[in-house]
Amino acid sequence: MTRISRRGLLTTGAAAGVLAASGLPLRAQAKRGGRLRVGLAGANSSDSWDGRTHSDTFMISAGQGAVFDTLTENAADGSLRGELATDWEASPDAKTWTFNLRQGVTFHNGKSFGADDVIESLQLHVAEGSKSAAQPIVSSITEMKKTGDHQVQFTLAEGNADFPYLMSDYHLLMYPAGQIEEAIANGIGTGMYKVQSFEPGVRFVGTRVDSHYKDGEAGWFDELEFIAINDTTARMNALMTNQVDAINRIDFKTESLLKANPQIRIQEVTGNQHYTFPMLTNVAPFNDVNVRRALKYGINRQELVDKILLGHGQVANDTPIGPANQYYFENMEQLAYDPDQAKYHLKQAGLDSLDIDLSASNAAFAGAVDAAQLFQASAKAGGININVVQEPADGYWSNVWLKKPFCASYWSGRATEDWMFSSAYEAGAPWNDSQWDADDSARFQNLLIEARAELDSDKRREMYHEMQQILRDDGGVLVPMFANFVEAMNTKVQTPDVIGNLWQMDNSRFAERWWMS
Amino acid sequence: MNAVLKIILQRLALGVLTLFIVSIVIFLAVNMLPGDFAEAILGQGATPEAVAAIRRDLGLDQPLVVRYWDWLSGVLQGDLGNSFAQANFSAFVGSESGGNAGVAQQIAPRFANTMFLAGVTACIAVPLAVGLGVLAALYRNSAFDKAANVFTLSSISSPEFFLAYVLILFLAVLNPMLPSLSNIYPDMGIAERLQKTLLPALTLTLVVTAHMMRMTRAAIINLLASPYIEMARLKGVKPLRIITHHALPNALAPIINVIALNLAYLITGVVVVEVVFVYPGIGQLFVDSVKIRDIPVVQACCLIFAAAYILLNLLADILSILSNPRLRHKR
Repeated sequence: MTRISRRGLLTTGAAAGVLAASGLPLRAQAKRGGRLRVGLAGANSSDSWDGRTHSDTFMISAGQGAVFDTLTENAADGSLRGELATDWEASPDAKTWTFNLRQGVTFHNGKSFGADDVIESLQLHVAEGSKSAAQPIVSSITEMKKTGDHQVQFTLAEGNADFPYLMSDYHLLMYPAGQIEEAIANGIGTGMYKVQSFEPGVRFVGTRVDSHYKDGEAGWFDELEFIAINDTTARMNALMTNQVDAINRIDFKTESLLKANPQIRIQEVTGNQHYTFPMLTNVAPFNDVNVRRALKYGINRQELVDKILLGHGQVANDTPIGPANQYYFENMEQLAYDPDQAKYHLKQAGLDSLDIDLSASNAAFAGAVDAAQLFQASAKAGGININVVQEPADGYWSNVWLKKPFCASYWSGRATEDWMFSSAYEAGAPWNDSQWDADDSARFQNLLIEARAELDSDKRREMYHEMQQILRDDGGVLVPMFANFVEAMNTKVQTPDVIGNLWQMDNSRFAERWWMS
Repeated sequence: MNAVLKIILQRLALGVLTLFIVSIVIFLAVNMLPGDFAEAILGQGATPEAVAAIRRDLGLDQPLVVRYWDWLSGVLQGDLGNSFAQANFSAFVGSESGGNAGVAQQIAPRFANTMFLAGVTACIAVPLAVGLGVLAALYRNSAFDKAANVFTLSSISSPEFFLAYVLILFLAVLNPMLPSLSNIYPDMGIAERLQKTLLPALTLTLVVTAHMMRMTRAAIINLLASPYIEMARLKGVKPLRIITHHALPNALAPIINVIALNLAYLITGVVVVEVVFVYPGIGQLFVDSVKIRDIPVVQACCLIFAAAYILLNLLADILSILSNPRLRHKR
């Protein structure tokens, strides 16, 4: 039994971002009833109930957050708990994982949930021709065995201590075996809400199921209405005129108008979402670690947080591991803006001054071009002349990112360190946007593989802290800031004291966790 | 009557030719934009293999001419095809069914919503504009005429989103009479639907009224200088009766034309208003589709837009002919 608690986090980074701590026991306040109307950005007319296609808040909140369940769930405090699985156990090498499944659970069409559903649902992601974003997770499983009606055993290609965390990924929804096509067409899951109507890119209405295994712990609303409002101003208007009870992604520029309204409160958490400037470490001059260090000292991180995020964020230390991660190195010494240090490192690289191009577009993140210009101004004092190249937003991810030696980018972050590193920092990974490999740091790549299979939490912490240090000192990605998840709601919508910080809107599980006063 | 029929047939044939040319232009234009569907849909997650796989699945690796021909031959058989998003989705699911409806089924409900909004707007704007135009002509150069002109011209000169926000401010925020969100859906009652549609309809009314009103006023005033009007005035007919019975019927042709033009605008040009009010119309779908380079949907939308222009102009011409005996009866 390996349960990893992330309680420790609460006392540190996450708690700073959690507003409205009342100190009262939260479950005492929560009560059933009411209809929650939410205006959400991130909807598309091509949306469907196929978890493999889910990528933005609207469908994540409707899929994993309301209609469907996954095997495990990230609790708001960062700990992992069972959802459709009750408990799990690993072999000592972390290669074989046995999951016990919850008994007496039924799908919305009456079919009861069991081991076959798990196996068939996961196999969807590795089916021929499937382009599931969770394919790397499922393809790491070499064998899925039904060891009982309510028990499944997974054998992995290599040991992975984070495997139960991966099972909480919002793509890995559980469908009824043998009826998957129907379940995808109509939205048939085991979640707290069943689909009443769904118009892709427009609206979703759900009603509470009569009884559910989470009764008394979650699922307070009788009805849900999600309205797709991709336009920021329209979303803010809808909340101001009381057409909806809550919205995601507020516009910082007009935030003061929301604050002036006594019926509205704003809630924000700092998670792992981070904005970056990756450099290709195999291209000159970025192949010289001294040049990278000079750039790290040439950027004014606090200024970016103040001017680009308007304070809704926190400075970062050139690592992608953030406050929502378990082994976040919170007390690592912060890199500061220091033009003299920048000059010193340039000299170490044998240069008096440096002329480089920085490609940016607001497709990378809102305000990326402005951020590049601020960087340009601050780096100048350190002898670095940055030429900001404004790239077209169309095709940015195909033509600029991973291609231009120095550009702007963003990551929404990952629940676990290994997942984040193996997506973007492991040698040979397709999205390794700094081409970071063993030539840059063999130590890092070795630690990455070693830590993956390590079940001892203390040893893992040490390893992940060392890796964060390596990235801060030598890494090829400038990570100046973590961007908060900011949402606003009517004061009649109540939220628990601790809000999930892995993804927007309480990890997109607000439909289960929030309630009406 | 035969002459009219001949004109209709001629114009329809020309219309089909226009649609054909429009489809080529749009196809080329969308292809000239940077990026394609595969790159747009994959975004940051694009790997060369995934891009190649999607291109292969959707036939995007075929030459331009072949792709255009495939699309055209489908349309000629009445099949608007499948949107790339849906085709990609079926390939994703590994099955053909997965909620797979063609472009036609995807567009139909959105188009119906757009027509509803255009209809409501037209019901308000056309009588208002013509009425104001007649009154402005009647009391020309009076304070009323000037006020009407200033008001309509300033509303047409303001950007649509600005008008929309001004209306939201006054009718939804300060005096909460109307909802600022026009999220209509199919199983909604007609009264609620009308209520939700009213704000966007009013915004569009402000946008299109000036043009129609000014044309009505100008056409009537133009005629008021004619000898036959002078004759009527000399024999003592009342000014309002002169306008409604003698001037207006002869001014109908230009008025009908400008109304048709504005109705076409209501169908094709409402994207901004749809976004501001979150109205699920065709404009939003169109913009989304251009963004992801979903050529089948873009093409279908453009054909609908072009057809709306062609048909409304044709209708306007026919009505002007019918309203004018000199054109109706060829010498």
